[in-house]
Amino acid sequence: MIDNLPFIACAILVILGLYTLTFKRNLIKIVIGLNLVESGVNLFLITLGYKSNAVAPIYTMAAKEEMVLPTPQALTLTSIVIGLATTALILSFTILIYKHYKTIDASKVRRLRE
Amino acid sequence: MINEHLPALIIGIPLLAAFATPLISKINDKLRNIFVIGILGATLCLVISLAFNVFNNGIFVYVMGAKSPGLTLPSGYKMPVRIILEVDGMSIFMAIITSIVSLLGAIYSWAFMHKETGKDKYYTLLLILAAGMFGMEFTGDMFNFFVFLEITSIAACGLVGFRINRGESSEAAFKTMVMYTLGALFVLFAIGILYGEYDALNIATLASRIRYTMLDKIALGLLVTGLAMKAGAVPMHMWVPDAYAEAPAPITMILVANSQASLYGLFRVCFTLYGLTISTYTLGWIIIILGVLSMFIGVTMALIQKKIKRLMAYHAISQTGYMLLGVGVGLAVLSDANALNTYGLKAMEGGIFHIMNHAMYKGLLFLTAGAVIYATGKRNLNELGGLAHKMKFTAIFFIIGAAAIAGLPPFNGFASKLIIYESVYKFNPMLSVIAMLVSILTLASFVKVFQSAFLGPEIIEVKKEPKSMIFAMLCLSVIIIAFGLFPDIVVDKIVAPAANALVNSMQYIAAILGGA
Repeated sequence: MIDNLPFIACAILVILGLYTLTFKRNLIKIVIGLNLVESGVNLFLITLGYKSNAVAPIYTMAAKEEMVLPTPQALTLTSIVIGLATTALILSFTILIYKHYKTIDASKVRRLRE
Repeated sequence: MINEHLPALIIGIPLLAAFATPLISKINDKLRNIFVIGILGATLCLVISLAFNVFNNGIFVYVMGAKSPGLTLPSGYKMPVRIILEVDGMSIFMAIITSIVSLLGAIYSWAFMHKETGKDKYYTLLLILAAGMFGMEFTGDMFNFFVFLEITSIAACGLVGFRINRGESSEAAFKTMVMYTLGALFVLFAIGILYGEYDALNIATLASRIRYTMLDKIALGLLVTGLAMKAGAVPMHMWVPDAYAEAPAPITMILVANSQASLYGLFRVCFTLYGLTISTYTLGWIIIILGVLSMFIGVTMALIQKKIKRLMAYHAISQTGYMLLGVGVGLAVLSDANALNTYGLKAMEGGIFHIMNHAMYKGLLFLTAGAVIYATGKRNLNELGGLAHKMKFTAIFFIIGAAAIAGLPPFNGFASKLIIYESVYKFNPMLSVIAMLVSILTLASFVKVFQSAFLGPEIIEVKKEPKSMIFAMLCLSVIIIAFGLFPDIVVDKIVAPAANALVNSMQYIAAILGGA
């Protein structure tokens, strides 16, 4: 049971994120919701490669101990960088929306539907 | 020498050129335009030469960073450890569409974007978008697929929100970005699940190990949801009309190809990754239902639209339904060899042929809409009228595109739709009837657009359309008519290999794992 705690944490993060995305009307909160989902997925990737009592997978000068799996770490690193780019881009769109509409309430930002 | 490295070059050249573009912009605007068009033209040539290679010699494998590009399994390893690009009939088919569309988009942009500022960033993003799409189509590695998916998402959203002087653009870009990112995260989650179970990211290795446990079903659900979200299938279609309507017209054309690249990802997952282990009947029906919903809801929403590009965007959703329908029928009968040979394969050919036809005629229609907006500055159909007096070429191109999308002979839409009707009828007559009904509604909707925008007295000031725009539209029209007149040649030469590549997933696996 205790080993599964990280997976439960991932699930909670993803579900919280999806809840925020569905029910919040503030654009900033929508971005936060996206980031919550992303953190959940990243945590999931890291957990896959985790091994208790193992060292970081750096071979140079390392003692012969058990190491955690390096691939998920590489994947997570890539995914964090991509997440940074998407967050930056989407926040800049939020700024532009605020400039044009003077609000970040999603129920009022709907000129397209008219 | 150059032949060995073709897939890497096709991704690498636009990517490197993208970052050289702002520097060249510093020298001269015209030089930059020529540079971008030249790069995309060169990429098209490389894609065609790779296409000949693939059609003659079968699947083309390229291992990134290995001693020799064909070395998938270095000595001592039982599974591939490097990133592998794997190009089969389906990948190259999609790459041909991508390269034609992005080249014509760049040509059209020359005049269309002439008066806008920030063109260096525009062309940079355009090239990155093209490179990302090639990457999605060529890669043989799930995580790599996710990375390219995100590259196209970021570049596409940057271009959707390109006109920052309009609040609507930012609104559309925000919405699109949320959908794209969420879809990509679903895909990443699924990749994590698969990696945790089977310790591999390579598509071929995964496909050979997959067991179809409960976790695999969850992963499949996440992949289908995420990729269908990006492909713009109902019920995840909310972003499509906004994004297509707000992006500059040439970008909308490339966005259509981008949606199709994720459609390719969806087909790759269903056929290659899961095709060997499961009875695909249920999955096929899910895809068919997604397709029918997209067709019907797309076209009914289109009928009530008043803005020209928004209307066309809803038709794009509706046409995506045809592709899902055709390929879904093939997927549903995949394990039944008899049904597959009598109509399943034909339905898939129809669906895949429709992907290419859709990219061409929808691209043409969006370009004509772009020309209308360029010439008049108006987007609302109620304010337009009598454009045929001044914009003769655009009017003719619009008729060609509208006839093709409605499936009238002798245009290409007729060719692929006829194949879909015939083969789907043998699977389930009801589906075929719905598909025909949707075609009629499509025709009705475009007759309305033509009547209200192009016919009638001249009521507004109109500029003439510039040459580069006419040239891009002419190229697409020629392709549409050529495909419509000689569909047999196209189906035999490029569509059938693509359909076979999807059906024979064993070949895809054996190309990496060596006869496994």
